[in-house]
Amino acid sequence: MAKVEVDAPPKGGFSFDLCRRNDMLSKKGVKPPSYLKTGTTIVGLIFQDGVILGADTRATEGPIVADKNCEKIHYMAPNIYCCGAGTAADTEAVTDTISSQLKLHRYHTGRESRVVTALTLLKSHLFRYQGHVSAALVLGGVDVTGPHLHTIYPHGSTDTLPFATMGSGSLAAMAVFESKYHEGLSKDEGVKLVCEAICSGIFNDLGSGSNVDICVITKGQKEYLRNHLSPNPRTYVSSKGYTFTKKTEVLLTKITPLKKLVDVIEGGDAMEE
Amino acid sequence: MSIFEYNGSALVAMVGKNCFAIASDRRLGVQLQTVATDFQRIFKIHDKLFVGLSGLATDAQTLYQRLVFRHKLYQLREERDMKPETFASLVSAILYEKRFGPYFCQPVIAGLGDEDKPFICTMDSIGAKELAKDFVVAGTASESLYGACESMFKPDMEPEELFETISQALLSSVDRDCLSGWGGHVYVVTPTEVTERILKGRMD
Amino acid sequence: MTKQHQNWSPYDNNGGTCVAIAGADYCVVAADTRAVGCISPFTGAVRQKLGMLRVISHLGMFGGELSRADKSLMASSGFQADVRALQKVLAARHLIYQHQHNKQMSCPAMAQLLSNTLYYKRFFPYYAFNVLGGLDTEGKGCVFTYDAVGSYERVGYSSQGSGATLITPFLDNQLKSPSPLLLPAKDAVTPLSESEAIDLVKTCFASATERDIYTGDKLEIVVINADGIRREYMELRKD
Repeated sequence: MAKVEVDAPPKGGFSFDLCRRNDMLSKKGVKPPSYLKTGTTIVGLIFQDGVILGADTRATEGPIVADKNCEKIHYMAPNIYCCGAGTAADTEAVTDTISSQLKLHRYHTGRESRVVTALTLLKSHLFRYQGHVSAALVLGGVDVTGPHLHTIYPHGSTDTLPFATMGSGSLAAMAVFESKYHEGLSKDEGVKLVCEAICSGIFNDLGSGSNVDICVITKGQKEYLRNHLSPNPRTYVSSKGYTFTKKTEVLLTKITPLKKLVDVIEGGDAMEE
Repeated sequence: MSIFEYNGSALVAMVGKNCFAIASDRRLGVQLQTVATDFQRIFKIHDKLFVGLSGLATDAQTLYQRLVFRHKLYQLREERDMKPETFASLVSAILYEKRFGPYFCQPVIAGLGDEDKPFICTMDSIGAKELAKDFVVAGTASESLYGACESMFKPDMEPEELFETISQALLSSVDRDCLSGWGGHVYVVTPTEVTERILKGRMD
Repeated sequence: MTKQHQNWSPYDNNGGTCVAIAGADYCVVAADTRAVGCISPFTGAVRQKLGMLRVISHLGMFGGELSRADKSLMASSGFQADVRALQKVLAARHLIYQHQHNKQMSCPAMAQLLSNTLYYKRFFPYYAFNVLGGLDTEGKGCVFTYDAVGSYERVGYSSQGSGATLITPFLDNQLKSPSPLLLPAKDAVTPLSESEAIDLVKTCFASATERDIYTGDKLEIVVINADGIRREYMELRKD
């Protein structure tokens, strides 16, 4: 009997079965699609009690803003977070998989995850795909050995730094860090500096925009400040609103009433004997 | 030419007050030649969950079949329907599996979740989820749709107003896109009923 | 060495969006003030924003001042170097016209002049996308919309530039103009009042700025009517 390939839930890993067809199409001159990018400003710095990560919240597809308020600071472990720039799907997928590997590792060892563990898992994953998984990351966390901050490039190379920036707004943000960062910042000073760096990216880099997200990680604690600043509200809303001059013409209408779900009464009447 | 422009499509979903609407155009073309004018791009997964698939029609149909298959497996195993959030993660996982040889397809997912809370979401062709509270768009007319929806959308619309808004946004957008059009297909879903309407539009 | 230059292009696109709406006795021309420039040849993605005025009249173009005598306004987006060169040519031609005829050029005449100027460079075009607005000889609002090589049309409203694809559908929806093929010919002007038209323009730009990264910073609105000409500004998102 021929082996029937059941399209059951996959075991994981990539599937390459459309590659030949897609390659054929692109040889015929059909352009492959563009992906959702987080043309981003992401930053991180070490302050006196731990690590602060920051990100903007714009996702772009070409010149169009696809998502005005996306989350770019991803959860890795309770004490480790990771900012992602690059292709949105890649940053999302890579942080998710490594995060679950870390969780399994914690179950196995019964100890808190270390930042270097996350770093090694991330970089070996990225190196395996030779830069084709295009995720540029800023990884930060506090573990038993203290606060750590790393940057990871799509090809798998890493840096260990006291302050770091990534994404298309990295130059704008780094300018702020280089001029104002010093060792032993307090929490408030740190948050303020991160805000300023992200805002510099938001206002000077077109790929970054909308709001500022911040994550403060200290020993045994973390604070995720989603939309810490919203410096870009819509500037004009018409007071009158708009009416439509011509009503839409409908050719056919079909209304399907939905069945009401049966109410289950707990502890209802006892059944007859 | 981009592969997304081969068949042409326009998709939009909007959130109202305890309801949502999802709409598409009806054209299927092969580049500039129109092949069908009653094409279905929006599919029902269950009573309160719809998925619209823009992009290359062949991939849209294949992907739809795989999604239905996976949803049926889930129903058999769990004896319940999938929540929209779960379904979105499933679609995302299926798309990302083919990261290096993607389906040329950009989905729009809309459904009513727990306590009939509306959920809408779109993705790129490799499964990067984009959750929104107001509206999501996809297809060749996406830029026009972004502009139209951004100007017309109001929060907390009732079903009738939502229908009018999404229809006007769809029709005025496809009129400025030569690869989509030929009327529209709109579903408005409330906790109690699904209303499916076919819109009259320009036939050129 | 030559290899480095194979991708060089004489053109750049500095983005920007323009809108013009014609009414019965007024014309509104608006544009955002953002211009985008590539600051580094290595990272095309890093683009810098430059502030600028996009709507000009041909009397006061260099100072940016408007004069009561102005009859037409031009708003352009595209490659700013070409836009400036084009404006300069038009100003010079307009000056000659004034000396020869001792009057201002009417808006329809300026429209034809702009078309000719663009077509003159048919095979090395100005990379400029223009809308021209003003009052015609009867005092009615008029808008002319162009492509880069001078094809033009008189319309009731128009949008050009990077946010045009976002704005046009909404203008269509609100101002749908009658077909130019109708007999007897109907006026292309919009039925809105002046304040309604300005309100519409503001909404359009606020919406386009939400989604188009090349549009933003500030909106410049110039209104021309029987009483004269005035300019106002509105803030847009700056990210």
